[in-house]
Amino acid sequence: MSAEADKTKLVTYRQALNDTLRSEMSRDEKVILLGEEIGIFEGSYKITAGLLSEFGPERVRDTPIAEEGFVGAAIGAAMLGMRPVVEIMTLNFSLIAIDQIVNHAAKIYGMFGGQQSVPLVIRMPGGGGQQLAATHSQNLEVWYAHVPGLKVVAPSTPADAKALLLAAIRDDDPVIFLENLALYNTKGEVPPGDTPGEIGRAAVVKEGTDLSVITYSRATTIAVEVARQMAQEGISVEVVDLRSLRPLDRPTICASVRKTGRAVVLEDDWLSYGIGAEISATLMEGAFDYLDAPVRRVAAAEVPLPYAKPLERRALPDAVDLRRVILELLDDTSFRS
Amino acid sequence: MNESRTADAGALVEFYRRMVLIRKFELTADQMYKRAKIGGYCHLNLGEEASVVGLMDALRPTDYLFTNYRDHGYALMRGMDTGKVMAELFGKTTGVSKGRGGSMHMFDTSTRMLGGYGIVGGQIPPATGAALALTYRGAPGPDAEAVMCQMGDGTTNIGAFHESLNLAAVWSLPIVYVVINNRLGMGTTVEKAAGEPELYKRGASYRIPGVRADGDDVLAVRQAVTDALDQARTQRRPALLELMSYRLRGHSVVDPARYRSAADVETAQEADPVPALRAQLIADGTLTEKQADAIETEMEEQVAAAVAFADAGPDPTPDQLFDYAYATPVPNAPTALPGERMVVLP
Repeated sequence: MSAEADKTKLVTYRQALNDTLRSEMSRDEKVILLGEEIGIFEGSYKITAGLLSEFGPERVRDTPIAEEGFVGAAIGAAMLGMRPVVEIMTLNFSLIAIDQIVNHAAKIYGMFGGQQSVPLVIRMPGGGGQQLAATHSQNLEVWYAHVPGLKVVAPSTPADAKALLLAAIRDDDPVIFLENLALYNTKGEVPPGDTPGEIGRAAVVKEGTDLSVITYSRATTIAVEVARQMAQEGISVEVVDLRSLRPLDRPTICASVRKTGRAVVLEDDWLSYGIGAEISATLMEGAFDYLDAPVRRVAAAEVPLPYAKPLERRALPDAVDLRRVILELLDDTSFRS
Repeated sequence: MNESRTADAGALVEFYRRMVLIRKFELTADQMYKRAKIGGYCHLNLGEEASVVGLMDALRPTDYLFTNYRDHGYALMRGMDTGKVMAELFGKTTGVSKGRGGSMHMFDTSTRMLGGYGIVGGQIPPATGAALALTYRGAPGPDAEAVMCQMGDGTTNIGAFHESLNLAAVWSLPIVYVVINNRLGMGTTVEKAAGEPELYKRGASYRIPGVRADGDDVLAVRQAVTDALDQARTQRRPALLELMSYRLRGHSVVDPARYRSAADVETAQEADPVPALRAQLIADGTLTEKQADAIETEMEEQVAAAVAFADAGPDPTPDQLFDYAYATPVPNAPTALPGERMVVLP
């Protein structure tokens, strides 16, 4: 490897995905891409830019607008030894394919007695904040994280996007790979090489001693920023980035909260039955005696997300919300007295 | 009548044997269900034996098969062991799907039957994708592999059917879609459910040629599907084949089929392909009554042996519950039983 190739690069989340797709397609000819407008249009969010000209229309396959059809077709292709990476234009449209994802991709390995794996990756961005209104702004990760047989990852940084996409493509099970519209232009250091990340492991992305913020995807960037600001005020916030929503790394979550004694979950999905509900229940089991106060949750307001900017902004959790809840929790536990 | 429409007497006797095997197997499955040896849903191929045998005779070992939940006969004709198919119905570890799937979910990689599927239409997109995978394997030609995707008449109304046919057309895939038109989707007639009740015409929107054949005539079935498969192999063109058939019984073993008129039941019984073929073989002197009876006895014995095999097989034990959770193991996969803690405190 040249000296240049050994270096960590500062790239966008989008570029990290694009680079990783390219390197995996070069490494393994069984890796094919399917999705709407991923070829000549280069993807709605340009994740597949340049790949059609490099790999041709058979490996970068534009599909008709038929999510159930092409997701199911990817399942069948995977059963015959291909390693399809499907792009669904946004998470919202995956609902049209949910029978194939939940009743088929998730079931085939177990229901047929382990005879046939389904090495399939479904990439799709979720997230609000783009004024796309109610049907195009959802965070439905728990729909998939609920289902045995699936693996669900939600990377928050370009480095994790690369590492987890490598892991997802090389994994023999169906992996739901959740991107986020607000992350595509974010930049971060991406290490060289092609070492996959580990599905099923969370990461403590910032260490702290006073309180744990448990979060994932876009919300991690908010949590890290709030933790950085509060450090200047003498408050030591630990940030746990889940990275994998199924399996969920319960030991890492519990270890963090046993250390800090306080927990806030920051999540982009709706509050009721959300990721935070599962984290809270996990902490009841694994850190109850260590908690100085009940777990707090900062989640999206439970409305179909409105188009109008002031309403959309208020419905989604932000740094102000997180900071306020952290301070409330610290006050409730006499942190500053 | 061309060459493959006819068959020598030996071949027809062999088809008769296979049809009798399915008939005996399904009648026994019905009994075993009523004795609670079999649970869940159980859909039988009774009345569809000629279609199943004709289709499976034309399909080569190198081809792939996806079916719906009415799949016992297909599993048998694909070459799965009769005992292992019965063991699957009994939920034993010796079943073809290790007791994880049951009646609707027969699966065997070695015979390339990649599943019976319980969700109506669920098998069609994966079957279409299997055909897509074949296009990466090699060139079309007389020896190329192909995919058969079987379904019922009611399935032609679901979106997955139409999306899949469209994909097969725009991508030129080597797949034959076979509709077993037994004239009833559970209790709903084809005419009540389908805007175009001549189902083979439904490929026209996708420029997929459609053919209708008599599903009670094993040779007609074999001929029609051989032609369609040839086209898939050599030209990579999808095809739609509709086989006109009758379901002799209810939708599943627990359905008394009270929605059927006496006349309809009579028609179905008159069309019953198994006694019809027996009568034909005896009438044309191919078999004597005694020889035909001997075939029935032999198949009954084979099914009885299958029941014995299934009975003798071990039940899965709770410690095997998570054996097939993931193909690639990952940390922190949940393995808690009901009431157990997810997090184990140190």
